[in-house]
Amino acid sequence: MTLEARIGVTIGAFTLRAELSVADGEMLAVLGPNGAGKTTLLRTLAGLVPVDEGRIVVDDRVVDDPSAGVFVAAERRAVGVVFQDYLLFGQLSALDNVAFGLRERGMKRAEARARARQLLADVGVSDKAGARPRELSGGQAQRVALARALATEPTLLLLDEPLAALDVQTRSETRRHLRETLAGFRGARVLVTHDPVDALTLADRLLIIEAGQVVQTGTPAEIVAQPRSEYVAELVGMNLYHGVTEADGAHVRVGNALLAAPEAPAGEVVAIVPPNAVVLHREPPSGSARNVWPGRVVALERHGTRVRVRVEGTLPIVAEVTPAAVDELELTAGTPVCAAVKATEIAVYAV
Amino acid sequence: MMMRVPARARRSDSSVPVAARVIAVIAVLFFAIPLAGLLWRAPWSSAWSVLTSHDARQALRLSIETSLAATAIAIALGVPLAWVQARVAYPGRRVVRALTLMPMVLPPVVGGIALLLALGRRGLAGQYLDKVGVHLPFHVGGAVIAETFVAMPFLVLTVEAAFRGADRRYEDAARTLGASRWSVFRRVTLPAIRPALMAGALLCWARALGEFGATITFAGNAAGKTQTLPLFVYVTLETGNGDAAIILSLVLLAVALAVLVGLRDRWLSAI
Repeated sequence: MTLEARIGVTIGAFTLRAELSVADGEMLAVLGPNGAGKTTLLRTLAGLVPVDEGRIVVDDRVVDDPSAGVFVAAERRAVGVVFQDYLLFGQLSALDNVAFGLRERGMKRAEARARARQLLADVGVSDKAGARPRELSGGQAQRVALARALATEPTLLLLDEPLAALDVQTRSETRRHLRETLAGFRGARVLVTHDPVDALTLADRLLIIEAGQVVQTGTPAEIVAQPRSEYVAELVGMNLYHGVTEADGAHVRVGNALLAAPEAPAGEVVAIVPPNAVVLHREPPSGSARNVWPGRVVALERHGTRVRVRVEGTLPIVAEVTPAAVDELELTAGTPVCAAVKATEIAVYAV
Repeated sequence: MMMRVPARARRSDSSVPVAARVIAVIAVLFFAIPLAGLLWRAPWSSAWSVLTSHDARQALRLSIETSLAATAIAIALGVPLAWVQARVAYPGRRVVRALTLMPMVLPPVVGGIALLLALGRRGLAGQYLDKVGVHLPFHVGGAVIAETFVAMPFLVLTVEAAFRGADRRYEDAARTLGASRWSVFRRVTLPAIRPALMAGALLCWARALGEFGATITFAGNAAGKTQTLPLFVYVTLETGNGDAAIILSLVLLAVALAVLVGLRDRWLSAI
């Protein structure tokens, strides 16, 4: 394990408790609403905030352990951080931002700049080397921030809402780029986000926190399939499919099923269908829904005022319906149904 | 956070009544008329000979030297003070703030007396300074100290606000990149407060240049040693040489005006 952490920290009236471990090359997404403690968690891992109790081990090195009196401050940890809003130094060029960490670690200016130039090329913004941060677009700034964090060859990479500042168009492009760049990173990675789509598409495992407490951990597939609380169900209780966009650009193939989805990006994609957009019928519907899959109810779970109905068939899918609909359709385990979804309700993201 | 105001509303706010506008004009005249008086009475023809006279040049050079020295000391002492005041929470911080800003509201002559009692030959601390051969009253060093005492609060106030307003997350970012405390200060914090530091230093220098009360009380009025330009202006006026006083006043006025114009927009907004 590259990162192993047991964290207990109190800041004012807020207490965060979390336990996590991330293997080499693995990406853990920490997902939760604003104020849940995500950024505080990241700051303890970075060494900007010492834990009050617990222990943080990075690459077999204890960096924080109050019971043993050990605290390695941020500047002495091999941690790379991509901050929310990127926090590029405004008075330095993109090149010198990337060279900053190398210079601080004692590298000669010319050598640091040459290395930084290479890193900027690696993230695809070598033409912006001389630009000041304010002259960069959001996507470019994100790339420079990523290059800056990777420059010092950290063993642990932390990303705080790396896509939050971007518009929708740039976001999906930058998400793909982020995934590609990070594929070459060998250490552990922790991504903090409030966006389930980022978490589901980028992470190998999720850790969901709410009000300073971990409420669930698992792979995206596990959590999506079995959210353990109403909150998690609402947040990530999505139908999530890995697939490939067909040549027509309007359909996504997922196993044997075909999803009609307008404007699907080419190549490998993730399709997300919100359960409350799934309509169940006893007979094949005659209306306009282009996505209709026959199946059989396998389970019904009550979550508050809604019922999550799990359907197995050509496309396994979860529908969220009202108890009244369950009664009306006489749904029980084994009932044959047709699940229908409007094409416009399906969100497709490139991965 | 300031609210965004539509351009038209900003240009003219009809909620200000005519009476207030008239009074505002009177207030402007209150400032403008004395300046006009100086300009009106200025003996332009003798300006050159006054400015190039030995005594005036001597006072001017002394003023520039002492005010620059005072500004340098104010930066060296004031920046760390502002840093501590903005970032370190300790009991009595408000008392310290009041103490360090007090010279801004204290009559300078009172400051001069206080300095004399503290740093004078038989003063609280001065008696020890005297033993090691440091004599401040009636020496050029005294003029520098008096000016520093009165002017440093302007720098501290400005720089402290900048330390307070700087986004500390940039310092965190630098630390995760391996920067030491000193390096963080030099490469991140200092650039962030630089505009305020320039503004504060300029205000401090202008105040030091014009210092009169504390200087004459503590440092005395020795030509060539402690007689700075404001003191020289006063002396020339007292001895009946009004023309010289006016010309030299205009010099000080021009400097003050240049400082304010220089501060405008670029730096004053940082305060």
